[in-house]
Amino acid sequence: MATSRMAQGRISRRALIKGSLAVGTGLVVGFRLPMTGRNAARAQAGSLAPNQWVSIDRDGLVTVINSVVEMGQGSLTTMPAIVADELDTDLAKVRVNQAPANPKLYANPVTGMQAYGGSRGVRDHIQMLRKAGAAARGMLMQAAANEWGVALSEVDTDLDTVVHKPSGRRMPYSALVDKAAQLPVPQNPRLKTPDQFRYMGKVMRRRDTPLKVNGSAVFGMDVVVPGMLIASIERCPVFGGKVKSFDATAAKRIKSVKDVVQVTNGVAVVADSFWTAQRGRQALKITWDEGPVAAVTSASIHQGYVAGATQPGQVARDDGDIDKALAAGAKTVEAVYEVPFLEHACMEPMNATASVKAGSCEIWAPTQNPGGTQMTGAKISGVPVEKVIVNTTYLGGGFGRRGEQDFIVDALETSKAVGAPVKVMWTRPDDIQHGFYRPATYNVFKAALDAQGAPIAWWNRVVGPGILIQKGRAQAGTIDAAAMEGVRNMPYDVRNVHVEWVNKDYGIPVGFWRSVGPSQNGFIVESFVDEVAKAAGKDPVEFRRSLLGRSPRHKAVLELAAAKANWGAPLPAGRALGCAVMFSYGSYVAHVAEVSVASTGKVKVHKLVGAIDAGFAVNPDQVKAQMEGGAIYALTALLYGEITIDRGRVKQSNFHDYPMLRIDEAPVMEVHILNSGEPAGGLGEPGVPTVAPAICNAIFALTGKRIRALPIRPGTLKRT
Amino acid sequence: MIALTVNGKTRQVDAPPDMPLLWAIREKLELTGTKFGCGAALCGVCTVHVDGQPVRSCVTPIGSVAGKKITTIEGLSAKNDHPVQKAWIELDVPQCGFCQSGQIMAAAALLARKANPTDADINSAMAGNICRCGTYQRIRAGIHRAAQIKKAGA
Repeated sequence: MATSRMAQGRISRRALIKGSLAVGTGLVVGFRLPMTGRNAARAQAGSLAPNQWVSIDRDGLVTVINSVVEMGQGSLTTMPAIVADELDTDLAKVRVNQAPANPKLYANPVTGMQAYGGSRGVRDHIQMLRKAGAAARGMLMQAAANEWGVALSEVDTDLDTVVHKPSGRRMPYSALVDKAAQLPVPQNPRLKTPDQFRYMGKVMRRRDTPLKVNGSAVFGMDVVVPGMLIASIERCPVFGGKVKSFDATAAKRIKSVKDVVQVTNGVAVVADSFWTAQRGRQALKITWDEGPVAAVTSASIHQGYVAGATQPGQVARDDGDIDKALAAGAKTVEAVYEVPFLEHACMEPMNATASVKAGSCEIWAPTQNPGGTQMTGAKISGVPVEKVIVNTTYLGGGFGRRGEQDFIVDALETSKAVGAPVKVMWTRPDDIQHGFYRPATYNVFKAALDAQGAPIAWWNRVVGPGILIQKGRAQAGTIDAAAMEGVRNMPYDVRNVHVEWVNKDYGIPVGFWRSVGPSQNGFIVESFVDEVAKAAGKDPVEFRRSLLGRSPRHKAVLELAAAKANWGAPLPAGRALGCAVMFSYGSYVAHVAEVSVASTGKVKVHKLVGAIDAGFAVNPDQVKAQMEGGAIYALTALLYGEITIDRGRVKQSNFHDYPMLRIDEAPVMEVHILNSGEPAGGLGEPGVPTVAPAICNAIFALTGKRIRALPIRPGTLKRT
Repeated sequence: MIALTVNGKTRQVDAPPDMPLLWAIREKLELTGTKFGCGAALCGVCTVHVDGQPVRSCVTPIGSVAGKKITTIEGLSAKNDHPVQKAWIELDVPQCGFCQSGQIMAAAALLARKANPTDADINSAMAGNICRCGTYQRIRAGIHRAAQIKKAGA
C-alpha cells in the first residue's frame, strides 16, 4: 500500500476504501437511506451502517466519515461531533475517516459537489449529519425495544447504551448491532432538542491538535509513496504564456536529475529530491511565447478601470428612482474606493502527488476539491472517473486557493510523462506569482441625504473582473454574482438604491480568496456608509442602527459588538473606535476596532471586538478561532496586501515583498457569539469583511483622514 | 557523506554539504514534521534547534551543522508532553497546523532561555514565524500557559 506515511496519522484513508462502508455503493447523496435488502449484508459484515456517514461494529466502535476537508477550520472535529451527538456516543472514542473522492456518496448535499469552499462545512451538512446519527440511534433503540418487548416510547439512550426507562434495564450498542442492522432505516429520525445536546454548543477539543504539535500530521507536502520522484516546474512568468522551446542539457547533467519533461504549466525537472529539482530548474534554458498578457501592467489595468467607471454598467439593483433622488438631495457625498489583487499565500505552498499507470490513477493532495481532483485525474489518465483514487491529506491552509486544479494537473501530467509516482512541489515565488488572485476593483459611490440628514439615494458602480465568468462558471455578459456579493444586497434602508457592475478583465487569473466578493465589498460599503453618517452628522453606530430596521440580525450583532467594546465611553488619548457590520455566507458579523496612529503614520490596532450570529455555534471555540483567524487575514490585506503586475508578471515573490502580519502586530481580539437559533451560517469567511472598514472608520474618527485605497500606504497618515 | 546528529541519533546523509538542512531532514531522514514555507528564512516554518538555538533549516547548509546537536519537532518530547505541546493542546492553538512545528520550536527555545517571557519577549522571539491562519493570540496565550506548566512541573 502506497500510503505508509499517511497511515501514521489518525485518519487512515485507505482503510475506508476497503472498509465496511464500501458496501454503500448505490446510496444516493444526501439522506436517501438504503433499502432493507442491503441490511443483511451489513449484518454479515458485523456492523450497523445505516448510511454512508456512520457505522458501529460489534465491539461498539463507531466510525464516522468526515467529508469536509480539514484546512484548519476544525471540520475533522466538528462534523463527527454532530453525528456522535445524535447517535449519543462517546465522541472521544469515535474513529474518523476522511472521505475518499466519491461524490455519489460524499458530495455536499446542497451544492452536489465534493468540494469545500464558501464556508459550507457546518451550514450545509448539519441537518444531514444529525439525521445520519439519529437514524442509527433510532435503530438501536428499536432493536432494544424489540428485545425487551417494550414500547419504543419507553426506551432512551445514555452514551452508547440503550436504557429502558421504567425498569432501568440497559444494553450496550455493541450488543444490538446485528439486530439493529436488520431493521428498516428511519427516513426521518427524531432529532435531539438543543437542551439534549451532549457536544454541540459546547467546547470540543480538536481531534487533530495532538498530531499538529509533534509533526505527525501528514500534509500534502509530506506524502511519501514508494518509488516516488520529486519535481519542480519552471512556469512562464507571464500569465497565459507557453513554452516555445527549451534546452535541458545542463539540467540533465546534474547528478540525480532523472528527467525533464514539458507539461501544460511549463517544464518539469524530475529528481530524487526537491533541492536537486530546484538546481535543475535553475539550469534550464527556456524560450517562452509570452502571449498577450505580457502587455498588461497595474497602471494599464487601473487606466482601464477608470475608463470603465465612466461607462454605464449592467444594473444589478435598481430600487426607486435614483436619478431623481440624487438630484433632490440637500447634501451629496461622492467617493471612489480601490482595492488591489491579493494572493492567498497558504503557508503550505501548492503541491500534489500522483501515480498514473496503465489502468490506474491515484492522487494524494491537500485539496479543497476532492471531486474536481478525481475528474482531473480521469481526464489526464484516461482511467474511468470512479476508479480514480483521491486521498485528501491535511491542508496547510486553503482560503479558496486549493479548490483550483492547476497543482493537481502538474502532478498528474508529470507522473504520466515519467511513468512513476511524482510529487510536484511549488516554491514560494511559484505560489505568489502563479495564483488565482482576489480581483482588484474600482468602485464609485454617490449618496444623497435629505434636509434632516436621512439618506435618500445610494448609487454604486463596481468595476473589475468576474471570477465566475472568467472560470466559465457563469455566462459571459451576465452579472457576476461573486463581484456583486455585499454591494447588491447592502442592508441599509434607503429608498433609492442603484448598483451597477462593469466587467473589466485583463487576463490576470482571479479566484476565490477567503470571503471572495465581500472581502472588498465589505470594505467599500462599510467605509462609504461611514462617510454618509459623517455627512449626516450622526454617530456611526446610531446611524447604522437607524437604517437596519428591516435587518434585525445585522442590528443585533452591531449592538452586541458596540456594547462589548464600550462604544461611546471615553478612550485613552490618541485612540478611537470604528465599526462595521455585514452579512456574508449565511452569517452576520460586526466588528469594533480600537486604533491609534503613530506620528510616522503607522497604524496600531489595539483591540478588535467581534460579534457573530451564525444561527447556532456548534463548536463555539472553533467559531472564535475562525473569527480570530479571519481578522488576521483581513489585517494582513489592510496593512500589506498588494499584488502588482508588470509586463504580465507578478512583481512580488516572497514574504519580504508580500508581507504577512506577524505576532507583534496582532491585536487583542474578543469574539462574542450570538446564538439566534436561525439556520446555521458559515464560519470560515464571515469574520473577514468587516475588519478593514472597522479599522479605517476608526482611523477616520481619529485623524479625519479617509482611507479609500488599500493597502494603507506608508505616508498616508504621516503627521509632519 | 555527512554525519548528522538528529534527535539524538547520528545518521550518515549522502548529500552535498551545501544542501539545506531542511531537505536532508525531510527527504533523506524522512522527518517531515519540519516544513518548507519560503526557502529564504522569512517565515519560520522550518525552525529546528541546533545546539538548542532556533535555526532556519531552509538556509542552513548541512556542512555547517555536522557534529552539532539537531532537534526537530519529532524530537522535542517522547510523549507529546513538552510544556509547549501541552499548552498548545490545552488551548487548541493550531488551525491548519502547517506553521506550528516552527512556532513550537521557536517557543520552546524562548522558554528554555526565559522562564517567564513577557509579551515583549514573545514579540521579539516569535515575530519571525508567520501563521497565515492567524493563531497569534493563541500562540501568545500558549506560551504564557507553557511557562506555567513548566514552572509547576519543575
